[in-house]
Amino acid sequence: MIPIEQYRTTAENQWCPGCPNFGIQTALKRALSALDLAPHQICLVSGIGQAAKTPHYIASNLFNGLHGRAIPVATGIQIANPRLKTIVISGDGCIYGEGGNHLLHAFRRNPNITVLVHDNQIYALTKGQGSPTTRKGEKTRLQFDGVKSDPAQMLATAIVHDCGFVARGFTGNLDNLAGLLQQAISYRGLSLVNILQPCITWGNHPVSWYQERIVPVPSGHDRTDRAAAIAFALEAPERFPVGVLYQRPERAVFGEDHVRARNESPMFALPPVDRDIIERELDTLRVSRNRTQESIGEE
Amino acid sequence: MNDLSIFIVGAAGEGIQTIGDVMAQALLKQGTRVFATPEFESRIRGGNSSFRLRIAEINAPRRDADILLALNPKAAAFYEHLASPNCLMLGELPPGGEGVEMPFQALAKEQFGSPLFANSLAVGALGTLLGIRPPILEETIRETFGSRGGNVLEANLSALHLGQTKVAEARPDADSYRMESGKEPLHYASVHDVIPIAAAAAGCRFMAAYPMSPSTGIITAFAKNPELGVFVEQTEDEIAAINMVLGASAAGARAMTATSGGGFALMTEAISLSGMTETPIVLVIAQRPGPATGLPTRTAQEDLLFALHGGHGEFARAILAPSDPQDAIDATFRAFWLADTYQIPVIVLTDQYLADSRFCLSELSVPSENVPMGLSDPEAYETYQRYLLTENGISPRLALGQSEHLVRIDSDEHTEAGHITEDLAQTRPAMVEKRLEKLRRLKTEMRLPDAYRTEDAEVVLISWGSTRHAVREAVDRLVREDKHVGSLHFTDLWPLPQLRLPNTVEYWVVEGNATGQFAGLIEHVLGLRIQGRIGRYDGLPIDADTVLEALT
Repeated sequence: MIPIEQYRTTAENQWCPGCPNFGIQTALKRALSALDLAPHQICLVSGIGQAAKTPHYIASNLFNGLHGRAIPVATGIQIANPRLKTIVISGDGCIYGEGGNHLLHAFRRNPNITVLVHDNQIYALTKGQGSPTTRKGEKTRLQFDGVKSDPAQMLATAIVHDCGFVARGFTGNLDNLAGLLQQAISYRGLSLVNILQPCITWGNHPVSWYQERIVPVPSGHDRTDRAAAIAFALEAPERFPVGVLYQRPERAVFGEDHVRARNESPMFALPPVDRDIIERELDTLRVSRNRTQESIGEE
Repeated sequence: MNDLSIFIVGAAGEGIQTIGDVMAQALLKQGTRVFATPEFESRIRGGNSSFRLRIAEINAPRRDADILLALNPKAAAFYEHLASPNCLMLGELPPGGEGVEMPFQALAKEQFGSPLFANSLAVGALGTLLGIRPPILEETIRETFGSRGGNVLEANLSALHLGQTKVAEARPDADSYRMESGKEPLHYASVHDVIPIAAAAAGCRFMAAYPMSPSTGIITAFAKNPELGVFVEQTEDEIAAINMVLGASAAGARAMTATSGGGFALMTEAISLSGMTETPIVLVIAQRPGPATGLPTRTAQEDLLFALHGGHGEFARAILAPSDPQDAIDATFRAFWLADTYQIPVIVLTDQYLADSRFCLSELSVPSENVPMGLSDPEAYETYQRYLLTENGISPRLALGQSEHLVRIDSDEHTEAGHITEDLAQTRPAMVEKRLEKLRRLKTEMRLPDAYRTEDAEVVLISWGSTRHAVREAVDRLVREDKHVGSLHFTDLWPLPQLRLPNTVEYWVVEGNATGQFAGLIEHVLGLRIQGRIGRYDGLPIDADTVLEALT
């Protein structure tokens, strides 16, 4: 176990006092500690938003990129240095809204990364607009007469696409959340955890509203049962079954042949490409002289 | 004869490219220099397309044809206006046209049961006119069709022989087109053929792209040649491509992407991310005419200012625009070196003309030295800060996960350690100045333009990128008419090299756009007065005639 203090950073925290983000930060540190992952073995990748600031508050390598683009960045990092444990951590607007297409294609690609989504059902950093997961009809600081679109069902979408590990967590139960994160991070392949996180400043619901709707995934649930998993996922936003919804046996991960062929070496450590190969490629552009030409020339 | 222009014309799907490639190979085998450029519509079947061979010392297109070989009468009529005064029409003839009539497709169907054999018939006819010895034609046909099963090779050889016989009957003086041959070994390549090889040699390990004409050949070449050792991914969009490349680069892989103007439009936010996070990246923009979808299979030089300004905020970048395959190898090498050394995005600007034209070169070589990785030695630091302020603006770079030092890369304005900051009093100005100091130093790396016959020039033609050889041809033709003309050709476009040019001559800028983008840039940056702007924006490449028509 790595001592939790080792994940402390000196960055000034910009979250609202009392924000459930602190709980996610704590749960993630506990999961990393339990998995014996030292800060230098981890890379946290985020986009933009309050959730996307998390990497600054947990000692690790970090890439805090553009809004919506954390997943492709993490995919590139994972291939270039497969020894790093690469974890995406960002909000519902970033991962499901701006970056929704990347998530969809990550399901197909199956990179060996974990995606953690702080789902507060609101745009907080921009002060209270509807997010992809805001419930239909809820009023916001932009949808004054209520959100007109249905909320995105990204967990069900993940399961439909056979994403290897799909879970829902809640900031009100940190022990459970830390356990889910630990399982997600140790899963080989793409793992997705949607973390329900009440926004205490801009959110439409008090913590108690969530607590009334949180139910554990029944202990008898067969994680490999896709239809049952989809049904649990689709209970939101009326009820939020929390736990591992779906887990399938591990399958080929993105780029694994390439990674295996180089013994998991980071790309920066690879020797330069063999000069003979370059010359051979150039040779394909060199015109082979006609074999009879020389003798014809001497006729 | 030392300059022969052959247009092979037909509909998409009829095989003009095959005929052109086989002819070019046969010519090259006997040591005859040939330059090839296709001109085609954005469709899979039908329409009018041409494959143009120019047998000359010059790697530049000619506008008119000395031989017009047509596979169908519609194409013959469509291209007839490009015939030179003594042009020989071969194959299908335009209505009322004269020449050697040989309906290749009908003949192939009648003799060999399929119009597919029209190609070898045409090769036999054209090859005989050009005086290529039969064994060379046969060898080329064998190399092209030898791997096909059944009687494909035999039928193609029979078609070749029939073409030879038919043309000899029709034109006893066929020999008048016999081309000179040489002993020099030749290379035949497009700019996009060599960029992947040069990139791999320069240490590129990762390439992600979204297919977009005319850039697609680059990712395809990496995928086709896994021994180059480059990890290849076709992404869901250009935004994913460039962000994936930035991730790989941040983790220490030399990495690149390629696209065209529309794809670059999607990449602009991430180009800015490369600038802010100081993550090296090489990006090829293969230009085509815009705006929007424009003309997907045609050429242009319309995206220079977009390549220069695409991306919000102020940061350093370099732009290199090669003119031919050897130039492209050198530019690719330098692009990776500059990107790593200065930790910036570097753009290599090509276009459809460079992507699809095949140049004939005596020499084609890749530099033998390795491009040193711009990564620092982790042992050198007690504590590490990714954005350490230094005199030259360049911070020691470690890759994510390179050592136990934590590497923090941030798109927000950041502290030296890589954490978000809003310290407007000190950190923000210092970081802005750091990023721009790199641009100031980068200027000293830029190469001067290539001067051609400028010694006693009264008029200097300024060009950039793909137009070098066409402009040189124009200069030669004008000098032959006793005009005092020279040219200055730029490969390094940004930052512009430090350069003082005499104001005693007239400057004309030649470029493939309507607004004079480079002309405006050098007027603005170098303070040079430009007398004239010669632009071509119909989607076809600039040729010597473009320049001559404008100057006379």
